Amino acid sequence: MILDLTRFLAEERKHWTELEATLDRIDRNPDQRMQLTELLKFHELYERASADLAKIETFASEPEIRRYLEGLVARAYSEIHETREKQTRLNPWRWFVERFPQTFRRHLGPFWLALAVTIAGCVFGGVAIRIDPEAKQVIMPFPGLRDDPSERVRREESSKEDRLAGHKSTFAAQLMTHNTQVAIFTMALGITWGAGTMITLFYNGVILGAVAVDYVYAGQARFLLGWLLPHGAIEIPAILLGGQAGFLLASALIGWGSRKPRRQRLREIAPDLTTIIFGAGILLIWAGIVESFLSQYHQPVIPYALKIAFGATELVALTLFLARSGAAAEKRTK
Amino acid sequence: MRYARTNTLLLRTPEGIVFSLPLAGPVSRFLAWGVDAACIVAATSLLHEFIGLLGNISAGLADTVYVIAYFVISIGYGIACEWYWRGQTIGKRVLKLRVMDAQALRLDFSQIVVRNLLRFVDLLPGLYLVGGTACVLSRRFQRLGDLAANTIVVRNQETAQPNLEQLLGGKFNSLLEYRHLTARLRQRTSPQAAAVALDALLRRDELEPQARLQLFAGLADHFRSLVEFPMEAVEQLSDEQYVRNVTEILYRRTERTN
Repeated sequence: MILDLTRFLAEERKHWTELEATLDRIDRNPDQRMQLTELLKFHELYERASADLAKIETFASEPEIRRYLEGLVARAYSEIHETREKQTRLNPWRWFVERFPQTFRRHLGPFWLALAVTIAGCVFGGVAIRIDPEAKQVIMPFPGLRDDPSERVRREESSKEDRLAGHKSTFAAQLMTHNTQVAIFTMALGITWGAGTMITLFYNGVILGAVAVDYVYAGQARFLLGWLLPHGAIEIPAILLGGQAGFLLASALIGWGSRKPRRQRLREIAPDLTTIIFGAGILLIWAGIVESFLSQYHQPVIPYALKIAFGATELVALTLFLARSGAAAEKRTK
Repeated sequence: MRYARTNTLLLRTPEGIVFSLPLAGPVSRFLAWGVDAACIVAATSLLHEFIGLLGNISAGLADTVYVIAYFVISIGYGIACEWYWRGQTIGKRVLKLRVMDAQALRLDFSQIVVRNLLRFVDLLPGLYLVGGTACVLSRRFQRLGDLAANTIVVRNQETAQPNLEQLLGGKFNSLLEYRHLTARLRQRTSPQAAAVALDALLRRDELEPQARLQLFAGLADHFRSLVEFPMEAVEQLSDEQYVRNVTEILYRRTERTN
């Protein structure tokens, strides 16, 4: 049987036009909710277009109409069969104080793994610098870190001029963007089944451990804490969040203990990856400001005790925030 | 879901309807990325000029704004465009491509973010080498960002309503006067042969003159072998006119006796 195309077009065209108009309306205003009657009509039009597509494929194979109908059915299919909740308008404050810490807590395993890998790197870096001081030249990424710690402390404490004068905000912006890139990169490397994320975190740990041991053994532990703690209390956990996201991506790819198909696993974690990495980005904005405006100034300009107390307070506040914030809202929704 | 040989993703709906999505190949995707890269360079250059004016007030402030704006544009361009234009950037609009969910469902914001942030790895070690290799090796031409975000890039489907009236209607058809022969023609013609004839007519202007003559000669011979119309009905008809008349008989049931 061959379809009478002209009659078929004359009869069905009005229904296609109506479906197209409905889809255009959804495109223009995705937040608008349909009434039940509108939904039923939409579903009927979709089924009619689907049936028309089947007819065309069976009885006519007419490429132009088939292409048109395929496009129409594909558009309607994505609206009819989507089961994920439609994104409502975002409330940034609620997202930050509720959804971000809730998401963090839902995936504690990857976070502990990121922390463990970083600590392993710290231990390796610390031991390496103790048993082979020459390794400092290889491990330390910046020339300033290769100097003798005591010499640097003496130079910084006796400095009379502000080397960041007029550039503090630019320096803060550079730190924010660089650290955010590192966090994103750490997350993105999760696509290598987590190997790239692990290497990045381990290398960060090696540098951190090497610097810490170098300064502690030079008797400059107080300087070290005053220098690193104010921004590091936020920056290091933010990079660990990047690692958490990376390992989360890797676990969805590998799928240990899950019977779901890989596509579904990846679909489920995508919103959480986005939340974690955006949360880490916000933390790194704060860390950049602190590093530029506070961390680079030492005693006698700012007493070490004050800087250490500030850093410790930040760390406690961040821990409480990630551990408790949004818990009440979470209980309510359960 | 199954894969055809011709760069097409076939999806079967729960209602049992199969529809196809034409996948975008690595070359068109690379060209779209080239256009996008040019857009980013142009936007940041414009920004640099604009911020230069801000430098008259404070050089430090101008530098800060530039560093942050450059970062936001380079990272956020793809995310913002694909979210605003539902899967398209300027490059993809120019090349008529669109990012879609791999199951043809609604594209989620988080999918857009993940595929754009994974670009950091796809770009390694330069010029999209990792992403390009993944794209070439992948059955659905997915770079790593697409694999992680469960997205595909398709060529945009034409959505204009088809108009067959111009092709099949309004012209004198000498064959229609022989009803018993047209009935026999319909009975003997397979849907595939009818589809080939209609497709040939729809695409006739795309053919080289020689190929067009050969194609319609072959088709006309095929239909003549099925049913022989009287000489007075077919004399002075070119092969293409003959095929057009046959196609009208096959696809239009309403008999006309002009």
